Amino acid sequence: MKKATTLLLILVMILSLFTGCAGEPAAEAEKVIKIGVFEPQTGENGGGGFQEVLGIRYANTVYPTVDINGETYKVELVEVDNKSDKTEAVTAAQSLVSAGVSAVIGSYGSGVSIAAGPIFADAQIPAVAPSATNPQVTEGNDFYFRVCFLDPFQGTVMANYAIQNGAKTAAVITQLGDDYSSGLGSFFVTAFNELGGAGSVISEEQFQTNQTDFKAILTNIKAKNPDVIFAPSSITTAPLLIKQARELGITVPIMGGDTWENATIIENAGADAEGIVLSTFFDEAEPATDEAASFITGFKEYLTANGQGEIIPAVSALGYDAYITILEAVKAANSTEGAAIKDALKGVEVVGVTGSITFDEKGDAKKNMAFIKIVENGQFKFLKTVTVE
Amino acid sequence: MDFAVFLQHCLTGISLGGAYALIAVGYTMVYGILRLINFAHGDIFMMAGYFMVFASSSMPWYLATPIVLIATVILGVLIERAAYKPLRNAPRMSIMISAIGVSYLLQNLATYLFTALPRGYPTLTALKKIFQIGPLSASLVTFITPVLTLALVYVLILLINHSKIGMAMRAVSKDFETAQLMGIKINRVISFTFAIGSLLAAIGSILYFTDRMTVFPFSGALPGLKCFVAAVLGGIGSIPGAMVGGFILGLGETALVAMGYSTFSDAFTFILLIVMLIFRPTGIFGEKVTDKV
Amino acid sequence: MMKMKKNTKILLSVLILIAAVAALWYLDANKNQYSYAISILQRSAIYAIAAVAMNMLTGFTGLFSLGQAGFMAIGAYTVAILTIPVEMRANVYYINGIADFLANLSLPFWAALILGGVLAALVGFFVGIPVLRLKSDYLAIATLGFSEIIRAIIAAPQLDRITNGSYGLKSIPAFSSVFEAFFIAGICILLMILIINSSYGRAFKAIKEDETAAQAMGINLFKHKSMSFIISCFFTGIAGGLLAVFMRSIDSKTFQIALTYDILLIVVLGGLGSITGSVIGAFLMTAGREWLRFFDNPLMIGGFQVPLFRTGFRMVIFSLILMAVVLYYRKGLFGDKEFTWDRMYNFFIRLRDRIRRKTPEKGDKGNV
Repeated sequence: MKKATTLLLILVMILSLFTGCAGEPAAEAEKVIKIGVFEPQTGENGGGGFQEVLGIRYANTVYPTVDINGETYKVELVEVDNKSDKTEAVTAAQSLVSAGVSAVIGSYGSGVSIAAGPIFADAQIPAVAPSATNPQVTEGNDFYFRVCFLDPFQGTVMANYAIQNGAKTAAVITQLGDDYSSGLGSFFVTAFNELGGAGSVISEEQFQTNQTDFKAILTNIKAKNPDVIFAPSSITTAPLLIKQARELGITVPIMGGDTWENATIIENAGADAEGIVLSTFFDEAEPATDEAASFITGFKEYLTANGQGEIIPAVSALGYDAYITILEAVKAANSTEGAAIKDALKGVEVVGVTGSITFDEKGDAKKNMAFIKIVENGQFKFLKTVTVE
Repeated sequence: MDFAVFLQHCLTGISLGGAYALIAVGYTMVYGILRLINFAHGDIFMMAGYFMVFASSSMPWYLATPIVLIATVILGVLIERAAYKPLRNAPRMSIMISAIGVSYLLQNLATYLFTALPRGYPTLTALKKIFQIGPLSASLVTFITPVLTLALVYVLILLINHSKIGMAMRAVSKDFETAQLMGIKINRVISFTFAIGSLLAAIGSILYFTDRMTVFPFSGALPGLKCFVAAVLGGIGSIPGAMVGGFILGLGETALVAMGYSTFSDAFTFILLIVMLIFRPTGIFGEKVTDKV
Repeated sequence: MMKMKKNTKILLSVLILIAAVAALWYLDANKNQYSYAISILQRSAIYAIAAVAMNMLTGFTGLFSLGQAGFMAIGAYTVAILTIPVEMRANVYYINGIADFLANLSLPFWAALILGGVLAALVGFFVGIPVLRLKSDYLAIATLGFSEIIRAIIAAPQLDRITNGSYGLKSIPAFSSVFEAFFIAGICILLMILIINSSYGRAFKAIKEDETAAQAMGINLFKHKSMSFIISCFFTGIAGGLLAVFMRSIDSKTFQIALTYDILLIVVLGGLGSITGSVIGAFLMTAGREWLRFFDNPLMIGGFQVPLFRTGFRMVIFSLILMAVVLYYRKGLFGDKEFTWDRMYNFFIRLRDRIRRKTPEKGDKGNV
C-alpha cells in the first residue's frame, strides 16, 4: 500500500513538473503589457521590499494603461518574491522571463539585483532598480538601470556631512558577507580618510549575519572614542546596534545608509533612536516636483487604505519613479519588445517624485543630491540636502 | 587596552556566557537522556522571545513572565511528543533529522506569523536599569545573568542528585532499557527533561533578549549552535560542564572581538569544538564511554 | 514479484532517455518561454549531484556529515575565481583589486570545475583525518563546524583580494548550453553509482551495517571512511562549481547551513541509501518549492479572502510536509531500494489488480 501511494505520488508530481512550470498564456481580449516586480517580500529585506512594492502597486493604480502605436495596453504587474536570497533570486528572475514580461522593476537590496542581472540581460529584458545602490548592479550590464544614487556617492555624502559637523575621527561597523553594508562602509572609509586625512577612520569592525550581540564590538569602539559611528546595515540589525551602543554609554552620533529610513527602526529602538542620522532619496516635506506633490497626497491615502503607517518611505517613492520611467520608455519605444524599451530608456527624461531622471551611459540616474535626515521625537526630520559634484 | 575597557569586555563576556550556559544546560540534559542533539532548542529559545513580546503587550511583566515560561515549557514538551517520541526506536540519525526538521519548521512558522522584521523586546524596567560604575556602563540584567545562571544550575544539580525524578533521570541516562525494566516511566522522565530544558531556555531567553532588545525569526539559530558547542565543550551530559562551557565560549568570543578579530568570532566557536573533539572528545567534565558491540 | 523481459527494460530505459533529451531540446529551442522550467531543472540536477554525494556518505557509509555547504563553497569559489573573464576582473574586485598572481590566471570551465572538486577533496582529506574518528552526532556537528569555518575564511577581509570577501563574485560565465548541467550531473552520478557498486562500495556498506564486524572482516575502517568522505567531497565540490555557474554571482552567504539542510532533506525525502531516490528527491524538492508558491499569494474564493494565504505560508507548508515524511514515512520515497522497471511494473500490476478487485468481474491474467 505504502509503495503504491509513493509511486503514485511521484508520478503525479513528475507529470505536473512540466505542466506546472510553463504557464499557459490565456486568450486575451484586451492588449496587455506585463511588467515584472522583482522584490523581496520575505527574508532579511522583506520589510523594505514590501514598501517598495507598495509604491509600484500605487503607481499602477495611477497609470494603469499605456499607449503603444495608438493602441491602449493595460499594464499588468507580475510580482515575484526573491526572498532576499541570491539562490532564490535566480529562479525568481527566470520565472519573470518565462512569464513574458517586457520590463522589470527591482530590487530592494543590491545582492539579488546583481544575481538577477545576467538573466535579464540574456533574455533582453530591461530592468530598473528603484533603490539598489551598489555600483555592481549596473556595471557591465546594458539592461540594468537605476533611479537612485550610488553607494560611492552616498558614502561621500555621509563622510562630508560628518566632517562638516566637526567630526575628526570615525568608526565604521559593517556586516560580513553583505555587499551592501561592506561596500557602503568601504566607500565611506575612503571618502572620510580623504577629507579628514589618512587614519581618520580609527576603527573598522565587522559582525556576522544573524548576530545579535554587538557589545564586544561596541566596547572596542568606545575605547577608541570616535567622534561619529557609521554603521550601514539592514533594518534587522540596526535597532540592536543602536540600543546596545547607547546602553554601553556611547553618546556620539550614529549614522546609517538609506536602508535606515524605516519606521521599524524607530519602533524598535524607541528613545535610543533619537539623533540617528541617515541619508535618503526623498523627503515628503519638500516636494521637488508637481508629480511629487500629487504623489504625496495620493500615496498617503493609499497607505492608510492598506493599513500602513502615515510616513512615506523613500523606497516607495523610488518604486513609483521606476514604474513611471519604464512607462515613459515604453511610450517612447512604441513597442513591448525588451530591447527597444532598453534603447528608449537610455534617452528618456522623466520628471519623477524624487526629481528629474535621466540616465548616464552606465544606466545610472544622474542624481547628485541626497537628503540627510535625523530622528527627532520619534520622527524622521529632514535636515538638509547634500550635493556632491 | 586600558583597564576599564578590559573590565567592560569581561562584563560582556560573562553576561553572554551566562545566557549561553542556560541554553547549553538544556542541550546537555536532552542529550544525556535521549542521545539527541535537539537542533530545535535554539528555536524554542527564539519562540520564547516572541511569547514575551506578545504576552507583555497585553499584561504587566509579573503576569507575562510566568505565562511565557509555561508556554515555552508546553511548546518544548509538545515538540518532544510530536516529533521525537514516534522515533524512539528509530536509528539515531532519523531522530536527529527530525530535530533539524523541527528547527526548520519553527523558523518558517515564526517568519510566517511574525514576519521577518525584528520585533522590539519589551523593556522590563526593573532589569533594564542602567548602572554607571566609573567608566563601566551596563544594565542590571548584565549583572544578574551570571548570578542567576549559577543559582539555577545549583538548584538543578540538587534536583537531579536528591529528588526521585532526578534519580530516574540519571537512571534513564545511564541505561535506557534497564531503567525501563526497573519500572521507570521513560516517557514521563523524558517529558520532564524537555520541560526543564525549555524552562531554562525561556529564562535564558528573557535574560538574553532583555539585554539585546529585538527578536527575529533567526535570532535563535546562531546562539543555538553555539550553545550546543558549549555543551560539547563541557562534556555533553554533564550539567556543570555545560555551564562552564557556556562561560568559556562567551568569554572567548568576546576576547577575540576585543583583540580585533571579529571576523572569526563564529569560526572560533567551531575551532574550539573541533580541537576539543580531537583531544578530549568527552569534554572537560565528560565521562569516558566505551562502545558496546 | 513479476519480472519484465530484459529487452523491454532496456527499451524502456532508452525511450525515457530519448524522451528526456527531446524534452530538453524542446525547452532549449524555446528558451525564453521556458527559462523558468529550465532553471528549475538545472538547479535540481545540481542538487542531485550534491544529494547523491551526501547519500554515499550518509546512506551508504553511515557517516552523518553536515559539511556540504562548505565543500560546495570551495568548488564554487574555485570555479568562479578561475573562470571570470580576465577583462572583467578589475570590475568585479572593485574595492580592493585582485591579487597579482590571480589577475591573469584563467582556466577553461571544465578544468576549473575539476580543480574545484579536487580542492574540495583535498580539504576533505585534511578535515577527515581528525574528524572521521568521531562517532555519529559528534561527526555531524564537527563537519558542520568545518563548513562554517570555511565560510568565515572565504568572507574574511584578509582574503579580499582572492575571494573578494564580503563583496561576492559576479560575471561568472553561464552554461554554454542547456545540456551542459545535465550532462555533467549524469556523468557524476554515474561515476558515483560505479563506485558504490564496486568492492569499495561494498566495504562502505559493511561499515554502515556494523563497524566492528567490518573491521573484523579485515576492512580498514579509517581508509574506507576517509575514501568515502573524500569522494563525497569531490562531487560536492563539483556540485558547488556548477551552482556558481548556474547562479552567475555568488557570495559567502549562499553557503550557509541552510544549504546543507536543503540537501539533507532531499536525501531524506528520497530515502537514505537510494541513489535514484536522491535524484528524484532533488527534482521533487526543488520543483516543490516552486509549486507551493501559490500559497504565498492571497487566495480569493468568491470575493472572500482566505486568511491563511500570505507571504511565508509556502515555507510553513513545505516544512510541514517534510516533517510528515520524516515522522510517518521514515524511509523516504524509496527506502534503501533503487528504482527499477520491475518495481514500477509490479506497482502497476498491483494497481490494476486492486482496481479489478473493486469491480465485480475478475479479469484474465494479463498478457505478459
